[in-house]
Amino acid sequence: MKEMLQKIKDDAFRQIEESDALEKLNEVRVSFLGKKGELTAVLKSMKDIPAEEKPMVGQMVNDTRQAIEVLLEETKKKMEKAVLDAKLKNEVIDVTLPANKSNLGHRHPNTIALEEVERIFVGMGYEVVEGPEVEYDYYNFEALNIPANHPAKDEQDTFYINSNMVLRTATSPVQVRVMEKGQLPIRMIAPGRVFRADEVDATHSPSFHQIEGLVIDKNITFADLKGTLAEFAKQLFGAETKVKFRPHYFPFTEPSAELDVSCYKCGGKGCRFCKGEGWIEILGCGMVHPNVLRMSGIDPDVYTGFAFGMGLERIALLKYEIDDMRLLYENDYRFLKQF
Amino acid sequence: MNTSLSWIKAYVPELDVTAQEYTDAMTLSGTKVEGYEILDKNLKNIVVGQIKTIERHPDADKLIVCQVDVGSTEPTQIVTGASNVKAGDKVPVVLDGGKVAGGHDGGALPENGIKIKKGKLRGIESNGMMCAIEELGSTKEFYSNAPEDGIYIFEDDVTVGSNAIEVLGLNDAVIEYEVTSNRVDCFSVLGIAREAAATFNKKFIPPVVEVKENNEDVNDYIKVSVKDCDLCKRYCARVVKDIKIAPSPEWMQRRLAKQGIRPINNIVDITNYVMEEYGQPMHAYDLDTIEGKEIIVRRGNNKEKFITLDGQERVIDDTILMICDSSKPVGIAGIMGGENSMITDDITSMLFEAACFDGTNIRRSSKKVGLRTDASTKFEKGLDPNTAKQAIDRACQLIVELGAGEVVGGMVDIYENERVGKKVVLNSGRINQILGTDIDEAAMVEYFKKIELGYDESTKEVIIPSWRQDVSTIADLAEEVARFYGYDNIPTTLPTGEATTGKISFKMRVEEAARNIAEFCGFSQAMTYAFEGPKVFDKLLLPTDSILRNAVVISNPLGEDFSIMRTSSLNGMLTALSTNYNRRNKDVRLYELGNIYIPKQIPVTELPEERMQFTLGMYGDGDFFTMKGVVEEFLQKIGNKNKIKYDPSDKKSFLHPGRQADIFCEEKCIGYMGEVHPAVGDNYNIKERLYIVVIDMPQIVEFATFDRKYEGIAKFPSVTRDISMVMSNQILVGQIEEIIEKKGGSILESYNLFDIYEGTQIKEGYKSVAYSIIFRAKDRTLEDTDVNASMNKILKELNNLGIELRQ
Repeated sequence: MKEMLQKIKDDAFRQIEESDALEKLNEVRVSFLGKKGELTAVLKSMKDIPAEEKPMVGQMVNDTRQAIEVLLEETKKKMEKAVLDAKLKNEVIDVTLPANKSNLGHRHPNTIALEEVERIFVGMGYEVVEGPEVEYDYYNFEALNIPANHPAKDEQDTFYINSNMVLRTATSPVQVRVMEKGQLPIRMIAPGRVFRADEVDATHSPSFHQIEGLVIDKNITFADLKGTLAEFAKQLFGAETKVKFRPHYFPFTEPSAELDVSCYKCGGKGCRFCKGEGWIEILGCGMVHPNVLRMSGIDPDVYTGFAFGMGLERIALLKYEIDDMRLLYENDYRFLKQF
Repeated sequence: MNTSLSWIKAYVPELDVTAQEYTDAMTLSGTKVEGYEILDKNLKNIVVGQIKTIERHPDADKLIVCQVDVGSTEPTQIVTGASNVKAGDKVPVVLDGGKVAGGHDGGALPENGIKIKKGKLRGIESNGMMCAIEELGSTKEFYSNAPEDGIYIFEDDVTVGSNAIEVLGLNDAVIEYEVTSNRVDCFSVLGIAREAAATFNKKFIPPVVEVKENNEDVNDYIKVSVKDCDLCKRYCARVVKDIKIAPSPEWMQRRLAKQGIRPINNIVDITNYVMEEYGQPMHAYDLDTIEGKEIIVRRGNNKEKFITLDGQERVIDDTILMICDSSKPVGIAGIMGGENSMITDDITSMLFEAACFDGTNIRRSSKKVGLRTDASTKFEKGLDPNTAKQAIDRACQLIVELGAGEVVGGMVDIYENERVGKKVVLNSGRINQILGTDIDEAAMVEYFKKIELGYDESTKEVIIPSWRQDVSTIADLAEEVARFYGYDNIPTTLPTGEATTGKISFKMRVEEAARNIAEFCGFSQAMTYAFEGPKVFDKLLLPTDSILRNAVVISNPLGEDFSIMRTSSLNGMLTALSTNYNRRNKDVRLYELGNIYIPKQIPVTELPEERMQFTLGMYGDGDFFTMKGVVEEFLQKIGNKNKIKYDPSDKKSFLHPGRQADIFCEEKCIGYMGEVHPAVGDNYNIKERLYIVVIDMPQIVEFATFDRKYEGIAKFPSVTRDISMVMSNQILVGQIEEIIEKKGGSILESYNLFDIYEGTQIKEGYKSVAYSIIFRAKDRTLEDTDVNASMNKILKELNNLGIELRQ
């Protein structure tokens, strides 16, 4: 019996090894392990074996069966792998062929710059607020401490609709509208379109965008203004950015300042980009003038605040090294697709 | 505002800084320096030489050979082509290895100057060059004693061998400032010098003014009355007689030249000099032309004509202030004198005027008359009336010192309301609170003293001089403290206090969704102007009665083409597409988010309604349905689940009559879309089919939502029924879909149009349309009977519309 089983096993092993395809292997399985297979036949003949030998013979048959099954399975896996390998080998592609891109549209560089600025200030707890572009003279000038005969009114080359309505010359009137609501403290920025009667050239446009910022609370100081804008400049232009505050004049802030940042191209050494100065002017700022607070119904003895304003186009031109402002309003796709 | 550095140093004698050091420090203390020009940056090794002998060049008719004493033992031989020199002349000589600023033709100066080396001219050695004023980087305009053509010749008293650059006053820098409009006092050399002294902690020494007058009385010569004190806050008049017109001295000419002012004669130069020095314009009238020995300051007469001293006729009105004698105007106050009273070379006596006119009035008058002068530019800023007297006295002092005339005793001074300095209580705690600093009160008082702000210890009041009209509150004092404490030295902190949450508005979120969808769909963001011209209405073929023609009008536009606020975003988009088309960009897709401005009434009295429009436009690859896809992606993104309807019935003149639709969502018309009418395309020079969508964002914002609720994933199988129909081609598939939606019942899941056909297989005027309709229940597997019930309802309704099933 033992010899017979050994022979079956040897035959099976030999035939498995000789199989060169999965179908052949299956035939082997059937011929040994199938219902009419050799090993099955042995099992069937068990009934003629004396009872005391049955466990031992049964064990031997099972061992043989298991050995054949293991080898069958191993061989099958090997074969399948070989088949797959062969298939993959035929599927080699040239990965350097051109990509199949979805033609996504491009955001305007002004918007990209604005989103960056918004992200920074929203992160610092500022609310983004909008206001009307056609604005009353009162909000654009008077409430900002620019009374009727103030020279700044003429300097700004305002577009008028009529004697009490203008195209806003800055987004500062939004500040006034927010202050008038009287919900303190205030931390806001107001981005938007503004207008000045400037002829179009490489650095001027009669229509452009500004971002105005305002913080009003108890105990707000000039030092806070410096800290806030220094942090802003670092986030916008890089951690190495240095800032310089220079005294300046705006009717609606006192003390007032202009902020220069170290040129991020040369790090402040002076290059063509910063016209050799090492510094680039980016915004105007100051402590909100007591008259402005008072006119909007805020007690300047209790509350102080700071405000700042920057040209969005200026930021976009600087950040993306665009050398002509007119490009921003031509909408040439060859320009837009670079952003 | 410009000043030479040397003029500043004249009043701050201890100031010893380079132009760069000066620039940096002044800018940080609040007097912004825009830039500077070092006059001798390209002048090197130039000395005063004296020509000893002149011989003719043996081989060149036009050249001469000079032996020039330059202060060394041996004379230097120089060959020149100049013809204006003679033996004994003292001239600027650049020696071998030196440098000059430019050529003698006065053309543009080369960046790095011109090097001078010894060489041979037609075989004769030349060891240097004698210089024309142009070669030294200046012009005859500013050096009036320079010859028309040729070498500059010094006065005889200069020392041979001395530094010619210094003798000419070219060892100097001209500083250009950006003075802010609040600092009227800094539109003067003295004002800036005061700031410089404070900035560098040096003594400020202004000129000491004393006028030597004769013993006559000015009131015997002239009477002044001011009718309009509101426009003329002060009027000072002096009389000068025995005038001797002559060139002003060199030092004065040099200073004026560096300010960019051409020297003319002693009287004019003194007037200009004092205007620069004090910031106070003055005017000189020929006293003999003043009728009635009287000056009347009054408003002009309407439509009066007046000839100013530049010979131009000006039209006056009753808002313009005039200086008149007893019978006629003799000058436009603060702007320009009249031709009838101007001083000439044979003048003997003059009336000298230093006044303070109202800045706003001068600014407006100057615009009206169309004449902006140095004087009006100064007056516009609103001068300190107290400066008028100082300035006229200073001018008269110079007149006497320069021997230009004799000053009659006394001054006529009409000064109704004397301006006195304000007082502001010094609350140092408050200043520190504003600045976030901890500065001693004593230190603050020291800063104030440096800029001549007084301090009264007993009342703790800071006394503001009248020239500092910008200082009136504690905040202003805080700025003065900050400037001299140094903005750089103020600490850097972040605001404390109640925390606030950063956020953007819901409207902005919806706009962001619009941008995202547009960009996913291949549209790039455009930005166009908010104003345009009324011609646009015709370009868009708008009917004459279209309400879009009612626009907000700008009263002072840059031009016709920028004169109205847009009532439609189409022109902007079509212009942008046109730019691209004409630059041969292919397949362009653009979008814009921008306002239109709808007046609430004409003429406008209230702010117009500003409506954000989401505008898409394209040409090239794609069609109407591409655009429709973007519309639906967007509406889905902002939470719309309802059926969007497209109504082709409103015929917009600017769109293709058969390819346009109003877009309805939530029962509201939220915009329109279509193919642009080819005639409109033509108006924008575009020869391709153009498609546009305009969505009115305020309506979108009203129903937009970013809330989403999970509805589960279907567990039971769906049933699909395909129907193929034949119908009149007048029926829109939208009508079929409406029926499917209405009659499909709760088990209707979706439907797809999978075929549409018009042609030979179908009779004329008909089309075949095929839909797959998909049903599914959430809670069970559908039975045929369920689906049949729904299908029957749909088919019945379709039948009512005259639609037949295709067999």
